[in-house]
Order: sequence, then structure tokens, then C-alpha cells
Amino acid sequence: MKPIGSSLIAWLSLLVMLLLVSGCGPEHRFIKGVSFKGENQITITFAGPVEETWAKNPANYKVYEKPDPDITLPISSISLSPDRTTATLAFRLPLNRGQAHIMSVKEIMAEGKSQGTAVLTVKKVYFGYLLSILLGAMIIKNFVFTKYLGLCVFFGTSQKKTTAVGMGITFTIVMVASAMMSWFMYQFVLKPMRLDFLQIVVFIGLVSLSVQAVDTILRKVNPALFKAFGVYLVLVIANCIILAVPLLLANNEYNAAESFMLALGAGVGFLVALFLMSSVRERLEVADVPPTYRGLPIAFITAGLFALAFMGFSGMSIF
Amino acid sequence: MALSKKTNSQLFFNGILAENPIFRLALSMCPAVGISTSVMNGILLGVAVLFVQVFSSCTISAIKNHIHPRIRIPTYTLTIATWVTVIDLVLAAYVPEAYKAMGIFVKLIVAFAIITMRLEMFAAKNPIVSSFWDAVGMGLGFLFGMVTLGFIRELLGSGTLLGYDIIGSRPLLFFVLPAAGFFTVGFMMAIFNTVELFFKRMKEKK
Repeated sequence: MKPIGSSLIAWLSLLVMLLLVSGCGPEHRFIKGVSFKGENQITITFAGPVEETWAKNPANYKVYEKPDPDITLPISSISLSPDRTTATLAFRLPLNRGQAHIMSVKEIMAEGKSQGTAVLTVKKVYFGYLLSILLGAMIIKNFVFTKYLGLCVFFGTSQKKTTAVGMGITFTIVMVASAMMSWFMYQFVLKPMRLDFLQIVVFIGLVSLSVQAVDTILRKVNPALFKAFGVYLVLVIANCIILAVPLLLANNEYNAAESFMLALGAGVGFLVALFLMSSVRERLEVADVPPTYRGLPIAFITAGLFALAFMGFSGMSIF
Repeated sequence: MALSKKTNSQLFFNGILAENPIFRLALSMCPAVGISTSVMNGILLGVAVLFVQVFSSCTISAIKNHIHPRIRIPTYTLTIATWVTVIDLVLAAYVPEAYKAMGIFVKLIVAFAIITMRLEMFAAKNPIVSSFWDAVGMGLGFLFGMVTLGFIRELLGSGTLLGYDIIGSRPLLFFVLPAAGFFTVGFMMAIFNTVELFFKRMKEKK
């Protein structure tokens, strides 16, 4: 148990550091920062006051989405704050905030002289965005309680806490492995070759493959761990979530880091749901339930109550 | 080869009542809870599952002697995936709106436990004709379950059936909420259990 846990944490912290480092970099000496604001606005913060006539001329700004340099986004109005350090650009159409935008600012005029031309990248706070994917998949849009996936395995393995935790951990590992393989396969094989319609066949094949691979590796590397978790491996493949995540990745065109976060969130979310449910079901064992409700019916009603509770999270957004 | 001793009609009704996939076997719960908000959804997904079940059962039954036992599960999965791709593309082409409403669930038919289970338990051991009737029974059982749930939830939740106004108001709005799927399935299972207990007592009295 321990080696896997500590190496997983090490990898995760490495990933976090990489993201933090890549997130900050100097762009231009006279510009403090650019960011999205609302549906269709971008704000630029300058280091000092700029000239109003220059700042209000739309010809000085050119904004486009990173993949399409040919399509310049039309600017509808520009406003400048009273201290002349913050300009807000409003666009005619809502911006696609998931996409990075390139903005070139021509000949910045401040204090009577030109400060040079700046090319800036506007994007969401990336680390926060990843975290929101993770938390979204884990809690806000929990796959079990708000999307109703993976229920067969969920009801089958939530009778005891130990089983629930074992199933959850096994599932998370296989989920991450197979989602990353599916992402790679989709981006570099299926899409370039225009074989999108083979999604289902390829993804389910990769899932079986990763289940088999984890089975073989675990059996050789750590027989004790295999004894504890081996039984759950077969069940992983009967879980809809394991197929739903690759399909979602393909639909939303996520990149590698986002895919990893979604897969991890789905896995941990399943673990959380199983743990909550098993805690209640252990108590139900000793409760006085009417005979016709014993077993699955009462479990379903419990799950319904959980789903109602999870509805409270809906609509929440982080960052 | 363990041939089934049941007649075709027995196989057919077995899936609908005695071994109803949703209420008795408690398999394929995800769609039963997730998209049973209206009768139409239930019918469409039920038909899709019926189609996949029948064709996969017949395929596996036809090639059962050529499958090596050790790779049988991957073979089943790939057969199902092929047929699901077919129905997925057909639905997307002919009923695009309903297809959108069902979202990802059509593609997820691959992971429905009921289909794999029928292949493993029945189609892999029996000739094509009885596999066909077993698959039709199971598929119709699933369809029946989905339509029943859709009926209850649509009637109570939005007061309509198949889009036509029946009650004129919304008696229990709660039932169109996604979470109500769990409650409806739970109550239906309890009703099935009650009926079973009732018949058992009747038999004992005799």
C-alpha cells in the first residue's frame, strides 16, 4: 500500500510544481497583467498611466484565439479607468474562455513617448482551472450521485467499508491509466486518421487492456496487494464510468493535464460515493427495515437521499 | 453442451417477468435511474438495448464453437461494442433530437451488465433460435422496465404522457428531479417484492 501512495503523491506534487512554474512568466515591462473579465471582456493593467487617445483607439489592439491567427476578434468598445492604468476591452461576441487568446498591443503611448509593442497571452488561471475540473468531477458533478453512472458496481460493492475502499482505490488506478491511454489514442491515432466512429470499440478495448495489465503487473510485483485488490479488477470493467470518462475527454477535446484531472476526479469521486454509502449501509444492517424493503430497495432510497444532498452542490463553480 | 430445456415461449416470458433485468436482477441500473424521466426516452433506449441484445446474442451463439474460453469476455465486449456503434450511428442520423436527450447513455450500452451476462450465461451455450428468444425476452423486459419507470415519472412529475397533457397540472414536480430516479426504482423493487411475498403465502395456504 505504502509505496504506491507515496510515489503517487510525489508525482502529483511534481505536476503541481510544473504547472505553477509554467503559469508565471514576464510578458512586457510596461504591462502588469491581462485577464478575462465577464463574458466578453478583457482587462489590461499597465504599470503607469497611459494616454487616453492612444488607449481608446481600437486599431492599436489585435486579439485572436491562439489556434486561429487569421480570425481577429472584433472589439466593440474600450473604456479606461480614471487613473488611466486599466483598460477594459469589450468584444462584440462572447469569448471562448477555455481557449488561450493572443493579444498584440501596438506602440503603447505613456508619458509622452512610445513604450514599444507587446504581444500577450490571455488565459484563465490554469492551475485553478485544473483544480476546478478535479473538484467538479469529484464532488459537484459526482458521477454516481449526479450523473447516475456506475450504479451496478456501486450497489454491489457498498455493503462493507473495507470492500468499498478496496474497490474505490482499484477503480481509481485503472481509471487514470485507461483514460490517459484513451486520450493518447484519440488525439494521435483516431483523430488524425478520421476514425472517430471507432471510439467505442477502441475505448472499451483499452479498458480491458489496462485491467489485464494492472492484473498481470500487480500479480508479479506485489502478490499481497493483488490478494487484497485482485477481486475488484474484474468488476472495474462492468462500471459505466470507466467508459464515460474517455468519451467525455474526446467530446470536450481536453488536453493531457485536464484529462488526468478529470480521470482522477472521477476515480476519487467514486471512492467518496462508495465510502459514504457503505457507512450508511453498515448501519442499515442492524436497523429495523420492513421485509419488502430489505436489501436493494432501501439501498436505492438511501442513494436517492444522497443524490438530493449532492444536488445542493449543483451550479457551484470554483474560480 | 447444456441445452436449455425451456420452450421458446418460456424463454421469452422469463426475461419479461421472472428475471426482469431492472426490477429482479437489478442490472443496468444507470439508465433506469438516469434517463427514465419520460416514456419516450425509455422506449428509445429500450429499443436500442433490445437491438444490441438480439444481434450480439445471435452473433455469439453462431460463433460460440470458435471462441477460445480464455478470451471469451473480450470477444463478447468487442461484439457488443460493434453493435452499439451501429445503433449509435443510426440513432444519431435518424432521431438527432432524442439522441441528444439521451446523451452519453447510448454509447454506454457497451458497459451494461445485462448484455454481457446473457451472452455468458445463455448465448454461449445454446443454439441460435433459443438464444434469439432469450435475447428478445430480456430486451423486452428491459424495455418494459424503462417504460414503466418513465410512465410513473412523467405522469407524476410533469403530468404528461409521451408529451400529451393528461392531468393538466404538475402533481409532484419532485419526480422529474434527477434524484427521484433512485426513489422510483426503490419503490418499484419493493412493489415487486411485495407481490412475490403475496404469491408465496398464497401457495403455502394451499
